Amino acid sequence: MAHFEPVLLARVNKPGSARLAGYRADGGYATVARVLKDLKPEQVVAQVKDSGLRGRGGAGFPTGLKWTFLPKDHPGPIYLCVNADESEPCTYNNRILMERDPHQVLEGIMLACYAFKARKAFFYVRYEYGDAFRSLQTAIADLYAAGLLGANILGSGFDLDVVLHRGAGAYICGEETGLIESLEGKRAWPRIKPPFPAVEGAFRKPTIVNNVETLACVTQIMARGNDWFKSLGVPPDPKNPRDAGSYGPKLYTIAGHVNEPKCVELPMGVTIRELVETHGGGVWKGRKAKAVNPGGLSMGFVNVNAKLKDSDLTEYDIPLDFNGPGRVGCLGLGTAAVTVIDDQTSMVDVLHNTCQFFAHESCGQCTPCREGTGWMEKITDRLRRGQGRREDLDILVDVADRIGIMPGTTICGLADGAGWPVKTAIRKFRDEFEAAIKSGERSKYAKALRVVGAH
Amino acid sequence: MGALTEDMKDRIRAYIPMYPRKQAVTLPALHLVHDELRTVSNEAVVEIAELLDLAPSEVNDTMTFYAFFKGEGEKLGTTRLWVCRGLACMLRGGYELIEHCEHKLGVRCGQTTPDGKITLEFAECIGACDGAPACLRDDKHVMDVTPEKADELIADLKRL
Repeated sequence: MAHFEPVLLARVNKPGSARLAGYRADGGYATVARVLKDLKPEQVVAQVKDSGLRGRGGAGFPTGLKWTFLPKDHPGPIYLCVNADESEPCTYNNRILMERDPHQVLEGIMLACYAFKARKAFFYVRYEYGDAFRSLQTAIADLYAAGLLGANILGSGFDLDVVLHRGAGAYICGEETGLIESLEGKRAWPRIKPPFPAVEGAFRKPTIVNNVETLACVTQIMARGNDWFKSLGVPPDPKNPRDAGSYGPKLYTIAGHVNEPKCVELPMGVTIRELVETHGGGVWKGRKAKAVNPGGLSMGFVNVNAKLKDSDLTEYDIPLDFNGPGRVGCLGLGTAAVTVIDDQTSMVDVLHNTCQFFAHESCGQCTPCREGTGWMEKITDRLRRGQGRREDLDILVDVADRIGIMPGTTICGLADGAGWPVKTAIRKFRDEFEAAIKSGERSKYAKALRVVGAH
Repeated sequence: MGALTEDMKDRIRAYIPMYPRKQAVTLPALHLVHDELRTVSNEAVVEIAELLDLAPSEVNDTMTFYAFFKGEGEKLGTTRLWVCRGLACMLRGGYELIEHCEHKLGVRCGQTTPDGKITLEFAECIGACDGAPACLRDDKHVMDVTPEKADELIADLKRL
């Protein structure tokens, strides 16, 4: 592939990249000034819709389309919630943007709010991102001081306030209605939908929830135009009338057993192999990859050595666009966070880690998820202790298939995300799990059960 | 003499105009109190509720959802040291790092050293996977934490 010059990450390594002066020197806020002067809000919605931009937070819903779900001619208030609760394991692209180029995101917030007539944006940042929070705090203070936030921005009559809100270490706050509940000061229990947030969201008002990278893309789309955006990525599959395509640049993060874990920006559709071998410096310690998690734990696993049908290629060669991972049984592109697992690592340990995460983060509202994630953790713990039973693998797959919003047993998608790694790991690496049960070998990580004291 | 100082109450009140409803100030208020007092006592819960026109049970309900907050009878040390156990960190020595820190500090995750300096905890993925294994020192990432680097960090925190 020809060399790609980063756009979203163009500024992140510049000195002072997070400050307003630097951003303006690079042409920052010129787009918003032009848009406020020359374009009607409806024109901005239309352009973002036509650009083909799909949400970068995990579900890939078309951003402009989501904006059109707001009620027409609503008297307001309408809110934007910026989802910066980036908690999907192995994902860190939003953090890089917020820490090192917060103004690119804030300009996107201004453009989005102007487009759908929101006068207030709540920026929900996970607690663990302290440096990002402080970077945003400074950026927002600079904007108020420069008259770029507050009342009558640039004399346009457009008012906007941005409120930074800190999470408290709960994965479920990344689910959009969990985020809204948490913002409102309650337990982050996802809401039953409909109504969707666009109709009734934060504080019972129409609300759009957008991801950080999505908003940075809005900035670039309004600055560079739709032709530029559509020149990157993958057009819709002509055989699939429901495919909206995978246009634009994407931030991919590479983690796990690679020589150089890092965040890179590439046009949508790079293969896992190219990401790992070219951009991640290859698998560490001269080893080979065994499995890859292609987009955050919820997406499941790819078996690097599994041949694709009628082809010499393997699952390692699938493109990371909105359709690629789905073709090999994964849930989707997710957050495009690629984690590599080398051939010396036990999938039993990996799967236990995954189950441990979801059991810890299930919010407890829906019984199938609360109980299902808990039992999947207990069963995988049994497996790694060398006490697995023959039927355990089938029980795990059965539980994983039954919990979630897709089988219709839970309110939100956390349980689907908990199930996908379980069923993909067991279906794709069944031999390894069966061998582990047969040998009774104990994982090096399985400590002795703690003795319960008599007192 | 209440749990919150007048200054803390003023800073909580300053959040109120930023939100359409007072209840939305629950998390900011809990953070403010928790950061400074290293716990949110029952008395503090009642005082936060008064400031936000809520029942204490509403504040408590929200607070206890987030295992993050330490309530009555629990207290954080001067620094909270989280070691990440997410998959990216596990693959690069996160579990070994947790064990190393437990051994070094003589406490298990969730406990505070007897001198009250450090509360050790495990964290689910903290989004620092490009620097795995990673830790959080309160809310700041510490990347690429080798056992030696962990020892230095702990020595620093002991001096605080």
